Amino acid sequence: MSRRTDDWSPARAAKPAPPASGSLLIRGARVLDPGNGFDGIAHVGVRDGRIEHCSHTPPKAAYDRTIDARGLWLMPGVVDLCARFREPGQTHKASFASEVPAAQASGITTVLLPPDTQPVIDSPAMLLRVQRIARQTGGVDVRVLGALTKGLGGEALAELSALKSAGASGASQALQPIRDMLVARRALEYAHGLGVTVHVFAQNAALAAGGCAHEGPVATRLGLPAIPVAAEVSGIRFWISIIEDTGARVHFCRLSTARGAELVALARQRGLPVTADVAAHQLFLTDVDVDGFDARCHVMPPLRSAADRDALRAAVADGTIGAICSDHQPHEADAKINPFPMTEPGISALETLLPLTLALVHEGVLTPLAAAERLSLGPARIAGLDAGRIEPGLGADLVLVDAETPWTLRADQLRSAGRNTPFDGRALRGRVMRTIHRGHEVFAR
Amino acid sequence: MNAPQRKQSLQLDAHGRLRHLLTLEGLPRELLLQVLDEAEAHDKALRGQRKKQDALLGRTVINLFFEPSTRTRTTFELAATRLSADVLNLQVAASSTSKGETLFDTLKTLEAMQADMFVIRHESSGAAHFFAEHAAPGVAILNAGDGRHAHPTQGLLDLFTIRRYKGGAGESGSDCFAKLTVAIVGDVLHSRVARSDIHGLRILGTREIRVIAPPTLIPAGIEDMGVKVFHDLERGLDGVDVIMLLRLQKERMLGAFLPSPGEFHRDFGLTRARLARLKPEAIVMHPGPINRGVEIEGDVAYGPRSLILQQVSHGIAVRMAVMSMILGRPAESAPRRSRR
Repeated sequence: MSRRTDDWSPARAAKPAPPASGSLLIRGARVLDPGNGFDGIAHVGVRDGRIEHCSHTPPKAAYDRTIDARGLWLMPGVVDLCARFREPGQTHKASFASEVPAAQASGITTVLLPPDTQPVIDSPAMLLRVQRIARQTGGVDVRVLGALTKGLGGEALAELSALKSAGASGASQALQPIRDMLVARRALEYAHGLGVTVHVFAQNAALAAGGCAHEGPVATRLGLPAIPVAAEVSGIRFWISIIEDTGARVHFCRLSTARGAELVALARQRGLPVTADVAAHQLFLTDVDVDGFDARCHVMPPLRSAADRDALRAAVADGTIGAICSDHQPHEADAKINPFPMTEPGISALETLLPLTLALVHEGVLTPLAAAERLSLGPARIAGLDAGRIEPGLGADLVLVDAETPWTLRADQLRSAGRNTPFDGRALRGRVMRTIHRGHEVFAR
Repeated sequence: MNAPQRKQSLQLDAHGRLRHLLTLEGLPRELLLQVLDEAEAHDKALRGQRKKQDALLGRTVINLFFEPSTRTRTTFELAATRLSADVLNLQVAASSTSKGETLFDTLKTLEAMQADMFVIRHESSGAAHFFAEHAAPGVAILNAGDGRHAHPTQGLLDLFTIRRYKGGAGESGSDCFAKLTVAIVGDVLHSRVARSDIHGLRILGTREIRVIAPPTLIPAGIEDMGVKVFHDLERGLDGVDVIMLLRLQKERMLGAFLPSPGEFHRDFGLTRARLARLKPEAIVMHPGPINRGVEIEGDVAYGPRSLILQQVSHGIAVRMAVMSMILGRPAESAPRRSRR
């Protein structure tokens, strides 16, 4: 007899291996704790899912296992503000069963899922369904953003209070626009009344219509329909104008332009309750990478100019952009087998999030502590989660990183079901050695 | 990874010979001149009694048009027929691909019919590159227009026409470009012809290339392609030797790019009065089909300085040259394999 579940998928048959448990002592790592601004050698003891000991002196208590972590970095587990697991609705692209192991191998212990599943997460029932799949799979904390409007249609408000009660960590339109500015304002006001943070992808739909590449010399030469910088800038300006009216808290997702980052910086200086994130690939790739019609570089928002990329890096460094996320969008191979404008945008990015952030450290953009902060405490604060710190008494979500060893990324060796990465063949330095989720070792290399 | 290099290697084989023709961008000057020289020979032959050659005898050319076209498709068909190829015309409405067959499947299905060359037109920029990347070894892709990106045979026939009327055939005639100022007028934003013309003109060392249009029809950063931008027709045409007009498509007139066709004609249309102010030896070109009374006055289109009909006729010779350069050489010894 086979047991039926609502969310059966063939991939679910392969559940992640049960995690290694028992108490654990991690000795001699370089501990990066953004909570206390601590960067130094320490010993960290983990018991019953919690951090028991964190000090430069070894603990007196006995532990079941000891890891000699000399030469490695110990950071809080990564909190990824945007990853799509494609379930329910698009399990031909990926599923929890395929993506959770990929997240674990990437040092990610908490993910936020946007509501653009199929069907859309715009009701408590859908939210509970996704939470149930997450619970069944286990191994990573899954938080969900509820839809801001019904069906993400941008017209009628979703039942935000009910979504909040069901556990939504915020509200979002994912990549869908709200064309009617009055609806946008009311949605923001309403969410504000509930204390719900709205995650906004601020790209003006009319200015971006039909576009698939950054407006500039490369798109012009390739004849690709372009998305101007003004699409993002006018979007951010509009949302800031209603934040000024309402005082509502807004998180700007996936910044792509220098002027966008500048606007966010100004708004923050003026004390407006805004935060921002950027996808890691946006800090490395530019519109030039699209040349030759490389569909792996088809992303939304588009890859911008080198000057934009450099400004985004500076904004990450000075804290204007408080989080680096993966913007993970796994695709089946067919999604990218088409002429460039017809391909689906997105990168399979869980497994490059931490290595690319480490590359920012190696390139002198971020200190190791700042890198750890942008990957853990920064995003945790934006999402209102108690995570991202290494302190006795707190939950033990940790990642042990070898920051030095060079390796080469191979798309066909990704754990994610999506092999769509433009970083195939890229030489990287530093990778995840162990991931500890709620005290359990869920990944070890 | 070096994208331009990758793109170039897609078009050229290890010996630098044409494998596909996707864009003029990055092609060596010598190769362009070789096409023009071969086209001269074909043009000469076409003017004789016996128009047919057997360079492509036994070969199969499939014209795969996802966008409606009469002129381009006909000249490709005529070119292939005159080289004795078997030609199949497939006009695929965009809707039929939405029935479920992907472009990849369409390509593979037609490849299975042992086609040697696909002449492809598609509304998406990059479509020709896509087909070339996925075509089986030995199957050639000839780009007959992909989105706004490229229309390389139109670019070549425009170069051919300029060389013939401004320089003359042969090596010395090709030097004429260094003395020429060429103006491209009209909807540059949406024009694959403009982009191919610009690449071709640059490769042949044209002294100055100008694009003239209202700002709504000029794409951002086009200066990087080596052109000067003008928003004023009178000033832009000052001192030019060649005027290349672009077709203004009907749908552009509605999309807030312009107030009306009439206003475009008043400010950017080539009229007899404007023509009279140019150098007497300046020539007028247009890829067709023309919009009379919009980008060009009817009298000018068929006037003594217009080469519009010559362009059509040169199109056949140029396409014969490209097809025979790609397919006509001795077949490679390796047997054809089908991928996937």
